Amino acid sequence: MKFTKSDLKELFIRGPLGLTIFSTILGFSIGAIVLAIAGFNPAEAYWAIIRGIFSKPKYMSYVIIYATPLIITGLSVAFALRTGLFNIGAEGQFIVGAMTAAMAGYYFQLPMIIHVPLCILLAMSAAAVWGGLAGYIKARFGVHEVISTIMLNWIAFYLSNWSLTIKSFGKQGTGKSYMIQETARIDLFGQWKITEAGIDFIRSHKILGDVLKSPVNIGILVALLLAFLVWYILNKTTLGYELRAVGFNPDAAEYGGINVKKSMVTSMAIAGGLAGAAGALQVMGVGHKIAKLAIMEGYGFDGIAVALIGNNTGPGSVFAGLLFGGLKYGGSKIQDAVGAPTEVINIVVGTIILFIAMPKFIQLVLRFKKG
Amino acid sequence: MSGITKKFGDFTANQNINLTVHRGEVHALLGENGAGKTTLMNVLYGLYKPTEGTIKVNGKPLQVSDPNVAIANGIGMVHQHFMLVDPFTVTENIILGNEPTKTFGVLDLQRAEEEVRQLSQTYGLHVEATAKIQDLSVGSQQRVEILKTLYRGAQILILDEPTAVLTPQEIQELANIIRNLTKAGKSIIIITHKLNEIKQVADYCTIIRRGAHIDTVQVNEVSEDDLAAKMVGREVSFKVAKKQRERGDKVLEIRGLEVEDSRGITAVNGLDLDLYQGEILGIAGIDGNGQKELIEALTGLTKVRSGVVKVRDKEVTNRTPGEMINKHRVAHIPEDRQKRGLIFEFDIAENMVLEKYNVPPFSRWFTLLWDKIYQNADLLVKKFDIRPQDSRVLARALSGGNQQKMIIAREVSNDPELLIAAQPTRGLDVGAIEYVHQSLVEQRDAGKGVLLISFELDEIINVSDRIAVIYEGEIVGILDAEGVDEKSVGLMMAGGSA
Repeated sequence: MKFTKSDLKELFIRGPLGLTIFSTILGFSIGAIVLAIAGFNPAEAYWAIIRGIFSKPKYMSYVIIYATPLIITGLSVAFALRTGLFNIGAEGQFIVGAMTAAMAGYYFQLPMIIHVPLCILLAMSAAAVWGGLAGYIKARFGVHEVISTIMLNWIAFYLSNWSLTIKSFGKQGTGKSYMIQETARIDLFGQWKITEAGIDFIRSHKILGDVLKSPVNIGILVALLLAFLVWYILNKTTLGYELRAVGFNPDAAEYGGINVKKSMVTSMAIAGGLAGAAGALQVMGVGHKIAKLAIMEGYGFDGIAVALIGNNTGPGSVFAGLLFGGLKYGGSKIQDAVGAPTEVINIVVGTIILFIAMPKFIQLVLRFKKG
Repeated sequence: MSGITKKFGDFTANQNINLTVHRGEVHALLGENGAGKTTLMNVLYGLYKPTEGTIKVNGKPLQVSDPNVAIANGIGMVHQHFMLVDPFTVTENIILGNEPTKTFGVLDLQRAEEEVRQLSQTYGLHVEATAKIQDLSVGSQQRVEILKTLYRGAQILILDEPTAVLTPQEIQELANIIRNLTKAGKSIIIITHKLNEIKQVADYCTIIRRGAHIDTVQVNEVSEDDLAAKMVGREVSFKVAKKQRERGDKVLEIRGLEVEDSRGITAVNGLDLDLYQGEILGIAGIDGNGQKELIEALTGLTKVRSGVVKVRDKEVTNRTPGEMINKHRVAHIPEDRQKRGLIFEFDIAENMVLEKYNVPPFSRWFTLLWDKIYQNADLLVKKFDIRPQDSRVLARALSGGNQQKMIIAREVSNDPELLIAAQPTRGLDVGAIEYVHQSLVEQRDAGKGVLLISFELDEIINVSDRIAVIYEGEIVGILDAEGVDEKSVGLMMAGGSA
């Protein structure tokens, strides 16, 4: 667990980082070909992405806001994978977390210093139960977690939509919930921004003012804290040792006196809690409510790719999440710049992500096959 | 094969080796672990590309670029670790990759089963074509592997350490099978480091030491001692030196133990056994007579149906593995070190605390104390001469012998009351076997109770103080190891009376 020079060389050249960099370049090259086939200039399009991310502080702020939930769902998937579990259920756990946070944020009337952490904790707990359930079903009945989490995703999806039919929670006829209390919001200067002083400040300060035009919130700080926690739990605690041991070799873990079934439940519960936090932060920092879902939003599914690109580590998920957020936000700028329709942009972004994630995914499949 | 050289980077695994095998001949390839036997055979089987040298089959030069080329030219290989799909049947495994079909690509399982049955009969392999692999003993699984190569038309069979996992009876059967095969004109190359087997079945023997070709001899012209000396490069002692034992208190008491196997069939059937401090009790028996289930019951890895297990007079029936290790001080050298004993992706230090990661001095307040963990491993690596001497090397990268040393180091350093050693020398070379046996005797001399389970009768007789023979889940006799008659033990193992 200590790094030496040769470790770094291993990591960069032959190791996971080298592969990631290579496949990222490959992803962008293939994306360029797709753009060229569709009749657009790839250089212009990519330049639009870069400008769309870096040319204004506001844009960068948006990228971070886009990346925040993806970093956390990435952490969720990564954490479970380290225990040898494939958490396809981050999506459902995200939904459960968002719903719980919306309810706790709306029904309770508390001072901010209590309300905000309470909402996050309740959301994480509910989602932990949701994730832990899949772990329990696997430990008790041997049902593969991929199957159970996919089904739990749909249950969460419909549960969330149903919750909006509750009269006291859902604003009838709008397909949306009531807005959460001000005390449960984590926006930075949300109220102050619309006061006169706030408006003046935004006008007079070029950089900070520009940043404040986006819905800045403390979500990214929570995401970074969670990434640190994931790294700490996995590498520094006895729990992390147990979970990694089970992930690598459940038979040997059992032999060593580790309760393998308990580890499965614990790991899925923690993974669920993480995805739930992502959902909560999205509600508390960006949406302030939940809306009826027509399709799954994909935060959890994107988390799978984020985890793969980030090599299932805490820090890796942060960088992969930012890359993802950047592509999602920056990609939307191609339309104005070169006039490519949204569909083509989505294909390009999808292609890039596919090619970045695919080598990792192949590795993963090979590992599952071997095990 | 002539002038074969294989280099991995700077490391030369094979240096200019010649090997000639004639039709209908059994040729043994003898050498210590890591001598380069398996590398040479992997070159022949197309898994490695030789750095230099040529291969000729039936006089024709052949570029064996991959195993498919080898198979197409009648070369088949049975690996030390079987490559079988557990939930599939024997037939399904054999035809895998080469499935006979009816029209429209429908699998013709009936025809395949018939062919498998016929092949099995022709060579006396006795395998049930419709049985599932997971229900078969190791010996039967190996026969399936042999059948697989025959099904693909192998003329030259490479058997990589075929007897490492077999019982004396199964070894006998294998010898018969080999005889049947050679009678039918097949050539066999056996990779091994067991000398008595070479004497028993092989016609010629090529000895390799540190990648270099030492000698090729006609087996009936040399003695086992000659072969051993050529292989190791020095004289080796086969006898285990032991002091007179001093029997102490009772460590383990088993009464009326009944355990089911994974299929729910009674595997241990009313077993009684006592083990005392300062003795090695060897359990002799043929694979599949309840040894595995007995070990799992004693280590908490499986639940007992009925009966009582006591360690130092405390009842420990149906405790968890964790309790057995830390509370009742039962250490276990598992039969399968790859599956149970080690986590390959963990480094040596992490593996060394597999049972103690959550107790002081290795953790405090749920936090691992890595410094202590690495200090611990550094000490053990030195004390037990584990190579490479670096606690940060992954377990995967170690040789079989060093992996076993790691497990022994870990288990012995737990200061156990009872040490259960299951097949502790499986797949190890002469030098490593000596080491393992010495460690067991050291534990006995330190006043521990040692339970040795092995399918190799020689080992049981050499190392144990007392021998308990297990047959169909029961102890059918307990003998003093001193001056015991190998034949009568063998007979008891097969269900006859002594």
